[in-house]
Amino acid sequence: MTSPKIRVRNLYKIFGPDPQRVLPKVRDGGIGKAELMERHGHVLGLRDISIDMQAGQISVIMGLSGSGKSTLIRHLNRLIEPTAGEILMDGQDVMQLDEESLRRLRRRAMSMVFQKFALLPHNTVLENTAMAPRIRGDARETREAEARKWLDRVGLSGFEDRYPRQLSGGMQQRVGIARALTADTEIMLLDEAFSALDPLIRTDMQDLLLELQTELHKTIVFITHDLDEALKLADHLVILKDGAVVQQAAPQQIVMRPADPYIEAFVGDINRARVLRAGTIATTGEPAGAVIGEVDWHDTLEDVIRVAEGRSDATVMVSRDGKAAGKIETRDLLSALIPYASGRGDAARADASRASIPVSARITTPPVV
Amino acid sequence: MPSYDRIFDRLGLRDWCDADASEAPMSMAQLLAKSSGGEEGGALPFPSLDTLHEACDAIPQTRDMTLSVEQGFLAIKDSLKFVLDPLTQPLSWMLEAALWAFTATPWWVLIPLLVWVAWVATRKVGITVFVAVVFVFFGLIDHLDVALQTLSIIFVCTGLSVLLGVPVGILMSRSDRMQKVMLPILDMLQTLPSFVYLIPLIFLFSVTEPKLYGIAIILYAIVPVIRLTDLGIRLVDKDVIEAANAFGMTDRQKLFGVQLPLALPNIMAGVNQTIMMSLAMVVIASLVSAPGLGVLVLRGIRNLELGVGLVAGFGIVLLAVMLDRCSKAALQRIDPTHETD
Repeated sequence: MTSPKIRVRNLYKIFGPDPQRVLPKVRDGGIGKAELMERHGHVLGLRDISIDMQAGQISVIMGLSGSGKSTLIRHLNRLIEPTAGEILMDGQDVMQLDEESLRRLRRRAMSMVFQKFALLPHNTVLENTAMAPRIRGDARETREAEARKWLDRVGLSGFEDRYPRQLSGGMQQRVGIARALTADTEIMLLDEAFSALDPLIRTDMQDLLLELQTELHKTIVFITHDLDEALKLADHLVILKDGAVVQQAAPQQIVMRPADPYIEAFVGDINRARVLRAGTIATTGEPAGAVIGEVDWHDTLEDVIRVAEGRSDATVMVSRDGKAAGKIETRDLLSALIPYASGRGDAARADASRASIPVSARITTPPVV
Repeated sequence: MPSYDRIFDRLGLRDWCDADASEAPMSMAQLLAKSSGGEEGGALPFPSLDTLHEACDAIPQTRDMTLSVEQGFLAIKDSLKFVLDPLTQPLSWMLEAALWAFTATPWWVLIPLLVWVAWVATRKVGITVFVAVVFVFFGLIDHLDVALQTLSIIFVCTGLSVLLGVPVGILMSRSDRMQKVMLPILDMLQTLPSFVYLIPLIFLFSVTEPKLYGIAIILYAIVPVIRLTDLGIRLVDKDVIEAANAFGMTDRQKLFGVQLPLALPNIMAGVNQTIMMSLAMVVIASLVSAPGLGVLVLRGIRNLELGVGLVAGFGIVLLAVMLDRCSKAALQRIDPTHETD
């Protein structure tokens, strides 16, 4: 595998009057967030974060509010300075950059999309979209042509001369995305980019992002507090809690093998049939006996159920790149749909496999609506 | 006073007190006290400098203090004047030029010109008509010349206030330390009674020089534009500033591309306040030879010419309303968040 585009190594961030003084207490003494606040009056923002983000992939960082996810993404372009640790971009330590090189990095290497859009209210949509090349000093014709191209791509042609306040939230965020794309950077940082939008528009925007990504293969860092969104977009999913990484893996893996009760509680409420892929639960080997149908490796379990026509005693073949790669017994499929930790369904099996975790320690989540 | 006498005696300071026995002149209060035969009434006076001086000559009187303030000022006056005089000389020239331009231009050129300026600035028919009516009214009652003099002084002083105030406000918004230093100064400028500005200026410059009242008006009127520039820049949406940083704007690009345009509504509100305050000061400045409507107000007070004073006062109100409406309409036109289409 090629070396990752972005590497975060042992990153710490402590907010307060003298972070360097209390850093050893956190790093070596291992004191927690609450204790640090109470005893030393400092806020623990990030604790020993190490993440590799591969080029051309969407890395999603998920956590609830206060988990430090927005703090983390702002470290990547040093809008926030870390207390300790290093951030390597193509092998170069961002922390070592002087002001001028950092500005060049922000102009050429990464662009950002914000939760509250952060468009310039006194500039038109076109001027906003062309912001990055304008900052770099490109000529008006080239930058406006580029901006028009991306506005068209996100479905906003005809709105070039409007002002941001004349657009709906969804359209404003399209401008935000067009602005980031016009910057023509390899890395895009999206900070809760869709969180302020209505659910339907949010789904639209997620589809737009995925569609653009199949074409552009950018290295995308996406922040969200919404697990469904995270599972939909992520190639690599990082779950943060209280400023520390709880688990990071491919989303399928996190759903199938949650590392601790916190994540179990998280993934307990999702629609597993729509999230899990056939390839995740397929067993290798030629199917013995009759198969009822065939699905692709990347199809969801919903598709598998559809192919199996809802029967519980059938076998479905799973193919990958057109070749047979494995099979799914629909009986196994049904048990894969049961989250171990949710307390519903196959309680005996859940108890057997998770006996070590007392039920009271699990975090209760609100019921699915 | 015997009570304080005794304290000095007991402290053994009597010799120090009487060291240079007073041949200093007595104050009026002392004379009065002496003539009323001293008060042994047993009342305990507040131990002020004057009271203590009676008990002990070595302690200075209060009037010595005010005297030393005056002497201190007189001592630095010459060097201050040496620095300030050439620095502020352009102000005199500008005021003289503006006064000359406004009075020498024939009315049939000047009035249409000013009405046209009002139209360009506001793009509102109502306000433009109002401006025209006001000038015609001033002309009819033979107050046009004085009104134009007042107007020209305000234009020069407001212009300079903006020119100086906006950069100071920008500096304040960028550094918390600068803000901490400037805020008490601005508070003082704003609360100092307007007459008090004139006192040191009269000593520094000759009363016939226009810059005397120019400085007084600018010092008084510059405060809101500084304050609101600082405030406006600090109030710019943090998210937008963050976006500007994330896309790698330099400080200069941020200032001219983001902060100033977004702070413009606040800055314009400051300019509006500055205009109003310079109008208030221009009346007081007529005490030190500022021409214009203020002179007529002053004449009304001095000679008890009721009508002259009231009409001139009403004229100032008209000017104030006119300038206020024009600047507010201009502000609204510039404000990007108010634009309608």
